[in-house]
Amino acid sequence: MDVVLFLIFAFIAVVAAINVVVQTHPIASAVSLIGVMGSLAILYLLLGAEFIAVAQVIVYAGAVMVLFIFVIMLLNAGAEVKRGRSLLVQLLGAPLLIALLGLLAYFVQRIFPRNVTVHFGGFTGGSAQAIGRALFTTYLLPFEVISLLILIAILGAIVLGRKELD
Amino acid sequence: MDAFIVITIIKLLVIAFVLLTAVAYLQWVERKVIAHIQVRPGPYRVGPHGLLQPLADVIKLVTKEGLLPSYVNRPLYLFAPFIAVAMALLSIAVIPFGPTITVAGYSTWMQLTDLNIGVLFILAVSSMGVYGIALAGWSSNNKYALLGGLRSSAQMISYELPLALAIVSPLLLSNTLSLRDLVGSQAGDIFHWNILKLPFPQIVSFIIFVIAAFAETNRIPFDLPEAENELVAGFHTEYSSMKFASFFMAEYLNMVTVSAMATLLFLGGWEAPWPAAYGSSLVPTVIFAIAGLIAFYHASNPPHKLDRYTFAATGVIFLIIAAIFLAPIVQSWLLPLFWFLAKTGLILFVFIWIRGTLPRFRYDQLMGFAWKFLFPVAMLNLLVTSFLVAWRS
Amino acid sequence: MTQVPISWFLTLSAVLFALGVAGFLFRRSIITVFMSIELMLNAVNLSFVTFAYEYKQVNGHLFTFFVMVVAAAEAAVGLAIILTVFKNRATLNIDDMDSMKD
Repeated sequence: MDVVLFLIFAFIAVVAAINVVVQTHPIASAVSLIGVMGSLAILYLLLGAEFIAVAQVIVYAGAVMVLFIFVIMLLNAGAEVKRGRSLLVQLLGAPLLIALLGLLAYFVQRIFPRNVTVHFGGFTGGSAQAIGRALFTTYLLPFEVISLLILIAILGAIVLGRKELD
Repeated sequence: MDAFIVITIIKLLVIAFVLLTAVAYLQWVERKVIAHIQVRPGPYRVGPHGLLQPLADVIKLVTKEGLLPSYVNRPLYLFAPFIAVAMALLSIAVIPFGPTITVAGYSTWMQLTDLNIGVLFILAVSSMGVYGIALAGWSSNNKYALLGGLRSSAQMISYELPLALAIVSPLLLSNTLSLRDLVGSQAGDIFHWNILKLPFPQIVSFIIFVIAAFAETNRIPFDLPEAENELVAGFHTEYSSMKFASFFMAEYLNMVTVSAMATLLFLGGWEAPWPAAYGSSLVPTVIFAIAGLIAFYHASNPPHKLDRYTFAATGVIFLIIAAIFLAPIVQSWLLPLFWFLAKTGLILFVFIWIRGTLPRFRYDQLMGFAWKFLFPVAMLNLLVTSFLVAWRS
Repeated sequence: MTQVPISWFLTLSAVLFALGVAGFLFRRSIITVFMSIELMLNAVNLSFVTFAYEYKQVNGHLFTFFVMVVAAAEAAVGLAIILTVFKNRATLNIDDMDSMKD
């Protein structure tokens, strides 16, 4: 059951991620990216990270990507114009990427022993309560700093969005 | 394990059937209430008092030709109504309607499933619902639809903030994220409900929640995405037949969800407003009995000839329902269901009432209201609540 | 064999990260480039959560949480920059935004 779920959603994630890269229209890429994020959220659930799974959907899929789609719609961004690429890139790009991927996969499989396995319910420490507790004790300083970062980001966005700026 | 699967499938079928019928009739109720506010009879032709109008609407929408405009982005155009209605249906899965019931030895909750992050789940699903509208607006390749989609995504992002902040305060009081435990923490009379609970009654956050819910469901006075005098029909200008019906259904389903959420978060879910010792268990009986007597009164001096029989039959039905509420076997699960539906229905009525009362906002007023008024007030309310909760513990 | 080896998750993370790098390098639309960055961040998040599972500790989840917050802040500022650039240059092609070069 766990393997089936993993394979289904890993497949969706990889196909959607490939779609993000090969689609020429930004909105198609954005929708595919939402697909990646949604299937990752389900994989997080499989790993026992329920709070992170929901936060992934709320923050990434529900807020950040809405912002992306909003900007794409606002700018009415069209499909990307094809540019002639050099022969070297066309010939070597895809094979090199696949070689890199193969190498990465090989090392990951080598380094991590196969006896550590994931099954649903194997780790239950990812509840909202556990995360909240850690956030306000061990990670209090980073938490405060990051709230400052958000404030700065909001101010930056407002300043950049002002009309008279050029 | 098998019993669990069978029970789940039964619950699924019951909830799906009841919910879809309720949504169809919610639209009938809305048309009737709006009509009576505007002093006109409303739907009247199909069935007595237009009671079969929803059926006629469904038949019309299903049999209509589904047009596919030639300039649309086809995959997204077809995908958008699906995602809108799917996300609206999904959030019903975690909403509890009442406590456990025991049927033929099997006891089960009146709820499809309980998540220990149920509140967050509903927030997540509702935040995905915006894609249905935004993508519909974009893929229609129509400037009005695009403007409607843009407006709705901006509006929904903005109002999600006060909505989430308003939800946090009752969660602080209840100290749980599971919707079932949320109601459990409000058990008792009306002063244990989060809206009136000490140390800090959540009336302010209840009002903020309802206002933000109006905006999230694109209802008047916040229905800028489909403002018909500026944008034709907004994001669903290019949609017809079942695809249009999907958006329509999604809007009403979202209304039901947010009303149920307001009931669960603030109004104590299925808890009666005062203890059964003081006669709260008699309230449904009294209400239905009065309704039956009114029907009998109208049957005795009928405005039309036929009404002598129809009103009498309605009166008998109401009296039977009143008697059912007295039966001790069903009382244990019928009463909580009654209170839950009564509270949810009350909020749904407010939705309709406001549609019949208020005009639409201007767009800059809408955004200014969210950012300059609702957001600071929700923040302040959250601060005060958290200080009081911390001070008490 | 009903359990998933932990290395599969990490391989998936690596695949997604590589695809993000590919998108970042190959695409010309600035919005797609930005989305590729988000894809890479997501891939990294997956490996954080996987390690949290392996060591049965919540710390990985907190790193993911912080990455998400930073990504949200980054998206807000980045998209504001994109809007400003589009207003001034009327282009989204990153090859045309080279006035710092000369």
